[in-house]
Amino acid sequence: MKDNIVIIGGGIAGMEAAHQLLLLGYKPILVEKSDHLGGHVADWHKLFPDMSPAKDAVRDLEEKIKEANIFLETEVSFINRLKNGYNVMFTNGVNVICKAILLATGFNLFEASRKEEYGYGIYNQVMTNSDLERWFNTGDDKRINGKEIKKVGFVHCVGSRDVKAGNPQCSKVCCITAIKQAMEVKEFFPDAEVYCFYMDLRLFGKKYEDFYIKAQMESGVHFIRGRVSEVSENIEGKVIVKTEDTLSGKPAKVTLDLLVLMSGIVCNKQAVDTASLVQVKTDSDGFLKSKDNILNIIETDSKGVFLAGTATGPKTVPETVAEARAAALAIHNYLVTLK
Amino acid sequence: MDFGFSISPSSTINLDKVDFTLYDRLCEIEPDAKKCMACGSCSATCTAGPWTGMSVRKVILGIQRGKESEAEKMLKGCMLCGKCTMVCPRGINTRHLILSLCRIYGEGER
Repeated sequence: MKDNIVIIGGGIAGMEAAHQLLLLGYKPILVEKSDHLGGHVADWHKLFPDMSPAKDAVRDLEEKIKEANIFLETEVSFINRLKNGYNVMFTNGVNVICKAILLATGFNLFEASRKEEYGYGIYNQVMTNSDLERWFNTGDDKRINGKEIKKVGFVHCVGSRDVKAGNPQCSKVCCITAIKQAMEVKEFFPDAEVYCFYMDLRLFGKKYEDFYIKAQMESGVHFIRGRVSEVSENIEGKVIVKTEDTLSGKPAKVTLDLLVLMSGIVCNKQAVDTASLVQVKTDSDGFLKSKDNILNIIETDSKGVFLAGTATGPKTVPETVAEARAAALAIHNYLVTLK
Repeated sequence: MDFGFSISPSSTINLDKVDFTLYDRLCEIEPDAKKCMACGSCSATCTAGPWTGMSVRKVILGIQRGKESEAEKMLKGCMLCGKCTMVCPRGINTRHLILSLCRIYGEGER
């Protein structure tokens, strides 16, 4: 059948939406700027709360969307508005006339080097949550391999809940990610002392609180309430972390072999440019603006343009997938009303 | 040489130098000590707290941060009424924990 639908972004939101649209009898066009599908999830190792491999989730979705038109290493060059749809030109030279566009453009991870006081890119033993996942996947990182890892720290809220960094929003998934990674690190290095430096633990999701209790009871992770103020390096190349232990009301410091920064979810600047081609604006938090933030998160003020996933704000994998399904249905209903 | 003044001691908690022996011993007998999330329910309900400075939350924290004598001082204010155990949302048997701690401190004195 039927009408063309363009999905911009080949992460899990775009993939799941493509899957549902295929089930509804459409043949969506999925464009992805990188050379592989799965977005950030494809780079992750295990997913909370089931600790299932991220690559299985991506592979599962890939199997389901084989029938879709998928353009990798392709971006949108421009979009022209037509009477009842859009004319989309891709960088691979393909030109499509479509009735609906789904922006599943995802997020960017906060650039940790912007928080200079944490020393990412300055001190050798500082890495990000994403670097650690890469090490879980590849086993290759000179910050860990060949080093004696006896003390590890996790800094929550790096670039999120940070007005000065331009990201006042809570990144939502880093608290549980930090706890997950702290427990995984403990599995690799059972004798290591692991510290989490947090402001408050926002463990809203299914089984997240269980993770917290398990981290305390079984993994023996030390939770220190206080935002890390500065990091320095000593002569042995170890990192010294300074924070206030706000529960004691006293400053605290600790020397660590490895420091992991929980880089937050921030808006994808490139997505903002693409969205502006179809007159979708950004909300006050910098993410793409929905029609409203309660009942119409998926809809926009532009006719035939829909949103799914972290394009509108930080989200977990199950939330993203649920939204992608909802977006597929919303697109279907929209196309039916056009007839 | 005495100059008549000295440097004030730093209040910084140096986590590199904290001795976890007592905390580890406590966790052996009372594994639930690790469960504390510092909500403060125990201290809020404590009858002795306002008059003696007793706070179960601060006792556990003090031991985690190597402030053992401060923790011991606080424990002396406890009347073992058990209200803190009733309110603990994580189900820590705080009364039992206090007794176990007193026993550990007692061992040290012998």
